[in-house]
Amino acid sequence: MEFPGLWNYWLVVVIMMAGFYIVIAQDNLVKKMVGLSIFQVAVFVFYITIARIDGGTAPIIGEGLSNYTNPLPHVLILTAIVVGISTTALGLAMIVRIKDAYGTIEDDEIQAMELEEDK
Amino acid sequence: MTPEQAILWAMGVPLIGSILILITGRKPNVRETMTLLTAVSMFLVVGSITHVVIGGGRPSVTLAELLPGLNITFTVEPLGMLFGLIASGLWIINSLYSIGYMRGNNEKNQTRFYFFFAIALASAVGVAFAGNMLTLFVCYEVLTICTYPLVTHSGKPEAIKSGRTYMGILLSTSIGLQLLAIIWTWQATGTLDFREGGILDGKVSGGVLGILLFLYMYGIGKAALMPIHRWLPAAMVAPTPVSALLHAVAVVKAGVFTVLKVIIYIFGIETLQGTGAAMLLAAVASMTLLFASVVAIRKDNLKARLAYSTVSHLSYIVLASAIATGTSIIGGGMHIAMHAFGKITLFFCAGAIYTAHHLTLVSQLDGIGRKMPFTMAAFLVGSISLIGLPPMGGAWSKFHMMLGAANADLLIFVGVWMLSSILSAVYLFPIIGRAFFRPLPQTDGQAAAAGIQEAPLPSVIAICIAAIGTFVLFFYAGDLANFLSPIVKS
Amino acid sequence: MISAHLPTWQVVLPLICAPLCVVLRRTQATWLLSLAVSWVSFAIALALLQQVAATGTITYFLGNWPAPWGIEYKVDMLAALVLVLVTGIGSVCIFFAPKSIQAEIPGDRAYLFYTMYLLTLTGLLGIVITGDAFNLFVFLEISSLSTYVLISLGDSRRAMTAAFRYLILGTVGATFYVIGVGMMYQMTGTLNLADLAERLPAVADTKTILVAVGFITVGFGLKLGLFPVHVWLPNAYAFAPSVVTAFLAATATKVSVYVFLRFYYTVLGASTFDKLPVNEFLLALSLIAVITMSAVAIFQNNAKRLLAYSSVAQVGYILIGISLVTATGVAAGILHIFNHGLMKGALFLVMACVFYRIKSVEIADMAGLGKAMPLTMAAFVLAGFSLIGVPLTVGFVSKWYLIIAAIETQSWVTAALVLLGSLLAIIYVWKVVEVAYFRPRPDGATAVTEAPMIMLIPMWVLVLSNIYFGVNTDLTVGTAMSAAKALVGVAP
Repeated sequence: MEFPGLWNYWLVVVIMMAGFYIVIAQDNLVKKMVGLSIFQVAVFVFYITIARIDGGTAPIIGEGLSNYTNPLPHVLILTAIVVGISTTALGLAMIVRIKDAYGTIEDDEIQAMELEEDK
Repeated sequence: MTPEQAILWAMGVPLIGSILILITGRKPNVRETMTLLTAVSMFLVVGSITHVVIGGGRPSVTLAELLPGLNITFTVEPLGMLFGLIASGLWIINSLYSIGYMRGNNEKNQTRFYFFFAIALASAVGVAFAGNMLTLFVCYEVLTICTYPLVTHSGKPEAIKSGRTYMGILLSTSIGLQLLAIIWTWQATGTLDFREGGILDGKVSGGVLGILLFLYMYGIGKAALMPIHRWLPAAMVAPTPVSALLHAVAVVKAGVFTVLKVIIYIFGIETLQGTGAAMLLAAVASMTLLFASVVAIRKDNLKARLAYSTVSHLSYIVLASAIATGTSIIGGGMHIAMHAFGKITLFFCAGAIYTAHHLTLVSQLDGIGRKMPFTMAAFLVGSISLIGLPPMGGAWSKFHMMLGAANADLLIFVGVWMLSSILSAVYLFPIIGRAFFRPLPQTDGQAAAAGIQEAPLPSVIAICIAAIGTFVLFFYAGDLANFLSPIVKS
Repeated sequence: MISAHLPTWQVVLPLICAPLCVVLRRTQATWLLSLAVSWVSFAIALALLQQVAATGTITYFLGNWPAPWGIEYKVDMLAALVLVLVTGIGSVCIFFAPKSIQAEIPGDRAYLFYTMYLLTLTGLLGIVITGDAFNLFVFLEISSLSTYVLISLGDSRRAMTAAFRYLILGTVGATFYVIGVGMMYQMTGTLNLADLAERLPAVADTKTILVAVGFITVGFGLKLGLFPVHVWLPNAYAFAPSVVTAFLAATATKVSVYVFLRFYYTVLGASTFDKLPVNEFLLALSLIAVITMSAVAIFQNNAKRLLAYSSVAQVGYILIGISLVTATGVAAGILHIFNHGLMKGALFLVMACVFYRIKSVEIADMAGLGKAMPLTMAAFVLAGFSLIGVPLTVGFVSKWYLIIAAIETQSWVTAALVLLGSLLAIIYVWKVVEVAYFRPRPDGATAVTEAPMIMLIPMWVLVLSNIYFGVNTDLTVGTAMSAAKALVGVAP
């Protein structure tokens, strides 16, 4: 298969790695959440990509039409988007509480404070 | 009651007794009565099975199916009967002694002591009457666990440290080595029952047999083969009645009893006789035997000396079972009884000396024979038995073991035993010599207090009974050998 | 009529009652509701187990849509056993909860605890009972999100960061799982687990499926505490409210192991391991986990963290059993799923009692508790024996079968390391026992008495189950064996 036909998948890989990198490398907790969201977006793109069929039309029954794109992955992605939103909301709420308790939302500072406690 | 019921009651009585001890804890005299009553009842129940076993019966009772295909079964055969009788009989004497010792030293937590003692006896009898290796393993582990509070009785840092060594070595060997051997045996043969002639014959190759032998022998930590013997000297930190329990009544006896059961009923005497693995085991046992005796000579602490003496004597029995002839095995079984009586006498004496005069070192014992004539006379009796001289019981067991070695043309081991007798004399007779033939140490300005200053009366009575037992066994050794002979006829 | 719909009731009941808790608000009322729901769920799980034992696998179509178009609920022996475990532990813990969370969660927020507990229960039960791969993800996220909240309810500020870290890692794990499922859907066109099992062999050699297997392994490995992606576990367990830790330690990781079993044995089939030696990889990781995590546990000063590391090691045992790919091995793994739930549940409930009285779970603060709280510490000793594998406890039964499985497959290293793990367990259990029994209460420490009855009874129920199922092994061993044989494909 040639590269141009697969460019969606390449996009998926790039977005996924970008998101994953942000989660790991960024110290700011909010940025981590953003990275997580980007990571999840890659999955959404993946699912939508696999739904598309060559020459398929919108999945609404019409006369003379026999090739429909698959609506199921779109439905799955809607579910996943909702889950993603809940996770993001929960994560951000936790960050607010962490700010209250630690006074900072930078991960390295928080870890330093926790190491102090452990001693 | 039927023999089958008796087997269950033999364990049930001490367990019920332990609850009674716990309940009557606030009233020491009632509590001590409970202990003695329990011990006597248990001995009677165990004794009631004896005539059945002598007549050739092997009563058996199955309690439950622990794992699919494996039951908790108790079966009584002569060796187990002997161990059961010794354990329950010596418990009576030990309880008498404990009363004197614990009160004489004003020990704390006596209820806890008597409680765990009773449970230890129940598990010891469980080991004695086990009908398959799984049941034995279960009771063996329970014995380890319930003796831990006894070893760490004083709660002091040395006791905790020794407790760690005790539990550490015993649990590591049993879980790490013995359990592996048991599961492997189960895998290879499909059964764990104790059967005459063993169950491994023909099921495993020679090499695997050797590996299994070593897994079992080092897995039975209570038999104190070097280098896993360290728990025994570590356990001397316990009060003397506990040392007596460990060294004479239950714990080490459970160890060598397990060794004998494994050799006779799992491996089979014929399967093992003369194999390279058995000879290697014999070599290890001989080295432990001699090395422990040498270490004993150099120990000034009396209980330490006796502890290493026990390590040495346990290897007598392991060596006898490695030689694996009928006579040597019977000798090993007899030695369980002889060593039990001899060693318990010696330990009682050590404890009496501590209780009455707070002395723990051999070098402090000059002239003590004049102050504690009964104790030291008993010490003499016990020593003669352990060295293996007539007219004490130990002579006969040693004779049988040496005869067994000679029968198998293994004269080197006869030499080992004879050398060990000499070494025993070297570490035991000087104590007697000091006690009776040296004058009492002079304290500054004061003449040594004259007159007899013995341990509390219950302890002295116990000591005398133990010593008399050692002597009496000399005359009944023949009956004992006959009693044990069915175990080696396949 | 009700019995025909039992599978749905199992999941729907806690789901409906969760928002009810928010409406009810009053602590007492929400507790009673949760208690009732837990007990009814337990009864349903037992009924399902009975039904499966009698008539075989139960299949239920949601909304009467037939598979593979609709979502299917499937209850077989393994699922039934895990359902019983989860609801059983839940029932015991919820009994325990009110006094315990009184000490750890501010009074006006208690109802939120019960809400989240019910949602977690829903999620876990849903994961076990569903036969659809994406439905599994939905329930996974339901249980995960409510778990994050439960953990964050702990009284230290570190609970919040522990929950946050778990959130990040957990979401990554769940997303990996979704990618894996997507790839499988791409190749086979179905999401139904049974249908996947039929269609996968045709496409099993493609790179897509290999990558999918990899994603699913790492995804759920994160959730079950597979070494080395277990890093969220120690802090999450240590700082969550004690009741939460007890519940999670006994159930959440086990459900993830269940998913592993489903995917590897039911969907992919045991023959996959011939082509793709994932099991050797998992075996190596689990063996390392057992030894290193037990060793790390020895050096912990916080009792809950010690038990958390111990949990990672114990999950290692379960995976060892599963990676041996024989009926005995998988049975040993399933057996340990159940047994470890009992053990760790009991141990963490002990810690909950300890925290309730002394407001700390540092080992050094537990000095002298052997005398002050005798029943609690006795429970610790007995559950500790189970962890070590002393005969007459459930731990012994698990170890027995693990070693038989290892010997059967000639994996001597496995047998040796399993036993070494037990020896290491002796050290860290004894560390706590020595401090509790041999050190006197520090001067100036608050006087403590035994834990209240309502906490002692459920804790002792779990401890005595350890001993009961250690002696009467028919039920657990029989169920595990028949489940394992069905999974590995050997005729029962």
